[in-house]
Parts: sequence; structure tokens; C-alpha cells
Amino acid sequence: MLDVLKIEKAFGTRKAVDGLSLQLRPGEILGLLGPNGAGKTTTVAMIAGLLIPDAGEVRIQGRKIQGDQDPLKRQLGLVPQDMALYEDLTAEENLTLFGALYGLGGKDLEAAKVRVLESVGLHDRRKDSVATYSGGMKRRLNLAVALLHDPALLILDEPTVGVDPQSRNAIFETLEALRAAGKALLYTTHYMEEAERLCDRIVIMDSGRMLAEDTLGGLLTRLPVANVLCVDFDSELTLSAFDGLETEACVSSLTFTRGRLRVGLQDLCLDVPRVLQKLADRGLRWSHLECERSSLENVFLALTGRSLRDA
Amino acid sequence: MNAIWALLLKDLKVFFRDRRALLMAFAAPILLGAFMGFLFNGKDHEASKIPVLLVDQDQSPLSIKLAVGLGSDKALELRPSEAAVVRQEIRKGRAVAALLLPKGFGDSATRNFFQSGTKPTLILLVDPSRATEATMLRGLLAQHTMEVVSAEVFGGPSGLSMLKENAEAADQNPNINPAARKALKDLYGNVATLNETGATKGNGAPGMKLPYELKEEEVTAKVGVRYNGYAHSFAGMGVQFILFMGIEGGMALLVLRRSALWKRLRTAPIGRHSILVARILSSAVIAAVLMLGIFAVARMVFGVRIQGSFPGFLLITAAFALFTGAFGLLIAALGRTPEATRGLAILATLVMVMLGGAWVPAFVFPPWLQKFTLVFPTRWALDGLDAMTWRGLGFQASLAPAAVLIGFALVLGVVAWARFPFEENS
Repeated sequence: MLDVLKIEKAFGTRKAVDGLSLQLRPGEILGLLGPNGAGKTTTVAMIAGLLIPDAGEVRIQGRKIQGDQDPLKRQLGLVPQDMALYEDLTAEENLTLFGALYGLGGKDLEAAKVRVLESVGLHDRRKDSVATYSGGMKRRLNLAVALLHDPALLILDEPTVGVDPQSRNAIFETLEALRAAGKALLYTTHYMEEAERLCDRIVIMDSGRMLAEDTLGGLLTRLPVANVLCVDFDSELTLSAFDGLETEACVSSLTFTRGRLRVGLQDLCLDVPRVLQKLADRGLRWSHLECERSSLENVFLALTGRSLRDA
Repeated sequence: MNAIWALLLKDLKVFFRDRRALLMAFAAPILLGAFMGFLFNGKDHEASKIPVLLVDQDQSPLSIKLAVGLGSDKALELRPSEAAVVRQEIRKGRAVAALLLPKGFGDSATRNFFQSGTKPTLILLVDPSRATEATMLRGLLAQHTMEVVSAEVFGGPSGLSMLKENAEAADQNPNINPAARKALKDLYGNVATLNETGATKGNGAPGMKLPYELKEEEVTAKVGVRYNGYAHSFAGMGVQFILFMGIEGGMALLVLRRSALWKRLRTAPIGRHSILVARILSSAVIAAVLMLGIFAVARMVFGVRIQGSFPGFLLITAAFALFTGAFGLLIAALGRTPEATRGLAILATLVMVMLGGAWVPAFVFPPWLQKFTLVFPTRWALDGLDAMTWRGLGFQASLAPAAVLIGFALVLGVVAWARFPFEENS
């Protein structure tokens, strides 16, 4: 469906995207994950034909977009990061306008409007001015407009920014239904949880370059630590209280900050009892225990040395 | 429904749905047009009299007659005053001028009617900011002075005495040749006879009068149709505020260009020309609707009529509307940020409308400026609208202004098209 081949884009001396390649197949959600400024939006702009790459090319269904009026653009639906709606118009009028731009009219347009309005749960509010909508409703309508012409490839540029949990779930359900219907979805986000929940494959970007591309499971196996045991202590302790623990065979890493001990382990079932026994043997009494599964945050940290949220 | 039509319809809905903006778009030109029309509406309201102070230090019968003559003039508001205060009154703007009649004025003026002796000096103090009114006052002063002095010479006692003195003086003057002396003495003698017999009194007041009656006629659309100053003021304010609307159209495109909506439009399979053409057309339709609405109000409330060709009026309206659309597009094409662009565009518009004659008609400009302002499309729009309204000219008179406006629209449109930044740049 989508082939991105070594695209590059620079603004002045700053390289926003540097040799990025990726593929997207029908019935798949590909996550483009990276901090702000990673080059996600520039990548999306090049895929959508809004920006011409300095090098490399973008192919949709095997060919490049040729000119403004190329019918191939009908295969593309864009959900921009910011709201792309006319607030003075009603939802129905917005859909009528954008339907007309994609050559829809008459009964086809009416049927398409009903389909997308129902899919995002806004059919009852279709005659209301968009200005009267909540932020979440606008986000859903923003998505509905992109779906109106039934594109095979949907590009979503951080579509849930500022959305309440209810609307976020509604959007996720819509996207999952689209995947089930065989649509190809490119989903950019800097929320790891969204990428973890939705994406079949994830591309991690930073500073315009691809750092890794794999399934969630595949990315997690790249980590030296699969799980982390967190142990909280109320008493005043220092790192020296745990001297020698890091040399145990089952311990991959060990840190102690602000009363919390974090121990990296490969196998929770076998290794947690051992570590806790060692702590008990030293007379240390903990106040709270919990286990953390490794996440994309850890992957990003491992790849860049920085936290995704702080990047 | 094609893309251009859909975009055009959307722009119209957005514009006409914003009732507050719509009200302003109509109300502002109508209010200002009404006010300026009231100021410049010729005879529809009584012209303001020129306030003049008179200091009569002579108090002679002649100076009193002059005061009466000036006071009865419809163009003047004459108030007696004192020499000590007149300068202050003019400085405060309470009078345009002050006329000081010196002691001995009556006697001296009569004496110098036929001979060149030492003339009396009248002092006219004027407000330099009211030069036009001061010029008018000079003319009226000359007229009334000649009337009262000649009346005194031909019918007054001091005139008779002056004539006798002049005849004696001519007799004793060795520098006058005999033939001229005789002619002068005959002239003085004959005028003195008329003065003594009162021969002229049967035919009205004696003395010199303007040797003509002036019949003034306004050359307007048709005989009997009076000039309506509101026609020009509504055209002027209409042009100004419609151009402001054009600027807002450009601003909207500039803002759109930086928004997510632009990305969505550019992702759609429509030509870039569709977006720009739709924008020009929507601005043009709105401009035309505004102009027609403004003139409809002018027609209903102020009696402004299209005395010339109505199709010509529509043609000029359409051409100006098209120019407005192209002007807005050019602003969007050349502007960098809405904030910086708006100020510059408003300044450019104000210069265009001012020099185009929207505030005051172009015929009050100096001749060189009248020629120079033909480079402004606003001048053509206003001249064209004037021609179709109060001048009452035919359709043919609308062709040149319309052609120039369409030409400007084409040039601006082509430049805007060439310079419009379609691609993302950040």
C-alpha cells in the first residue's frame, strides 16, 4: 500500500528527515513514534504530498503521486494534528464540502456522510455548528472527514492530542474497525501507550532518523532487561545497603533512588523470590512491591539514552 | 458540484453567517457615506456662512452703508467687533476674517473714485487655514465697496462735493492738456448734474452694479435632476470598505495557508487553481453584494439613483468586485504573517482610496495629481460609479473604467498566482 524509500528533507541547514524508509500493508497499523521534533509531521507531509522530498520517494499503491489532481490522492485520507474543520459550518456542511472536493455527490455523498457520522457517533449532532462541539467531538469529526471518501490509506498525525478518555477510546475503536476492514493506517504519536495498544508495527524516530522498526514484542526483546522489580523502603537507606546484590546472576541492573530500589530481571517467577530473600537476609523491610513490564519508553531510553517524554 | 463551486459556497456561508461582521461590512460604509454625503451635498442643506468681524473705526455714512451691504450678503455672517479682540477671535477659530475700516475711509474712498490719490488702507485679517473662504471674501468686499462708493459718487452729498472739488482741481492742474481738462470737467459736471437732479433715482439706487444677472445651472444627469452628493460619498465609502473586506479575505487565506485545513485541502485531488479561483470568486461575489446593498440603502434613504446606465453600473460593480478578489489574493500571496500584513495592506488601501477620490472627489486635487491618480484602480472605480450615478452617462462610459479594473485584477491575479506559496515550508 505505502512504500517510503529513503526520503530526506531539510529546512535550511536542519535536516528534518534523514533517509527514512518504511512500508505499510493493507490491514495494518504502523506506528510512527518519536518525541516532538523527531520528524514525524514532516514525514507525514511528504507522504501526503504536501512536501516534496529532497531525496527518495513515496509510493502509494506502487506509484508516486503525479500532480495536484492525481486520482491516486483519493486513496489517501489525512487526519492532521490540528483541527481541520470549518467551525462556522455544521458537521454535515463540512462533510458536504470535503466530499465535493473528492468528487462525491448525490446519494453517494449522503450515504458516505451517514456512514462516517455514525462511525464516530456524531450523527445526532450533524446539524450543529462545529463551534458548539467539545474538543473530543471535533477530533472525531476531524477523523470522519478523512474517512468520507473511503481511502485505502489513512494517515493520522497525533489524532488524540487533547482528547478526553471517552473520545480517545471511540477513536481507537474506529481505527481498529478500519484495520479489520483492510485499511492501511499510519499513526504518528508520542504517546507510547497508544502505540502499544494500536500498532502492529512501530517505527521509532528521533532527529529525523529511524532508530528501530519492529513489532512491539520485537522491540522489547532488544532490551537488556525484560522486567523490573520495584521495591520501596520507608527507612533511610543508601545504595551501599544493597552492595553485592548486583553481582547475583539473575540481576541485570540495579538502581536506588528516593527510597525505591529498581532491579532488572529476566524471569519474574524465578528471580523475584530470590531477590526478596536476599533483601530479607540483610534485614531490610520493604513497604511496597510492584513489577513493571518493559515498555516502549524503555526501548526509547535504551536506543537514545533519553526518556521519550523528556526528549 | 465541482470543487470551485463547493469552496465558493463555503466561503459565502462562512461570511454571511457571521452576522456581526456582516452588519459591520454594511453599516460602516453606509454611516460614513451618509455623513460625508451630508457634508458635501451641495444645496441640500444650507451652506455655512463665512463668519467675518467688522471693525468700523470710520463710522461715516459710507462705512455704515458698506457694513449694511456686507451684512446683507447671503454668504457672510458679519459681526461688529473691536480692534483689540479680533486677532484673538480668529486664533480661536470663531471667525474666518476681520475687516478693519480706518478713520476717514468714507471720505477718502469717495475722493479716489475718479483720481489716483492716496487710497484708504483697509486691513483684512484672515485665518490662513481658510484660504478659500478668504479669497471669496476679497471678491465680495470689492463688489460691495464699489457699489456703496459709486452710489455715493452718483447720488450722495459727499459725492457731489467731491465732484466739484475734482473739477476745480482739474482746472488748476497745469499738467493736464486742454482737451483732457475739458473732458474731465465735462465728466465731473455731468455726474454732478445727475447727482443733483437725482436722475438715476427713478431707476433704482444710483451707482455701479454688476452689469449682468447670473443664472446658475447644475450640469447633472438630466435637466431638472439635482446633484446628489450622497452618490459620490456612498461610492467612495463603498469602495473603501469593500477593499477592507478584500483585505480580510486575503488575511483569511493567509491564516488558512498556515492551518491544518490547508493540509486537508491540499491533500484532496483538486488543482491549486481551484482553491485560488474559488477565493477570488467568493471575495468578488461578497464585494458585489456589498456594493449593491450599499447603493440600495443609498437609493432608499438618500435618494441616490443610477441616472446613467444600469448595466454599466453593474459592469463597473462586477469589475471592481473582481479587482477586490484579486487584491485580497495578492495580499495572501505576498504576506508573511497576518499581523504584519494587515497593517501594510490597510495602509496601502487607505492611500489608494484617498488618492482615488473616495474621501474627497478627485477634481479638487491639483491638475498634476489628478493625472497621477489615474494609476490607481480606485480612481477608475469611483469615476466609473460617478459616471453611472449622478453624471448619468451611458453604458459606453462604463467600458473604460471596467476594462482598467479588470486589467488590474488580471495583473494582480497573475502576480498572486506566481508568488503564492503552495508548498509547506516548515
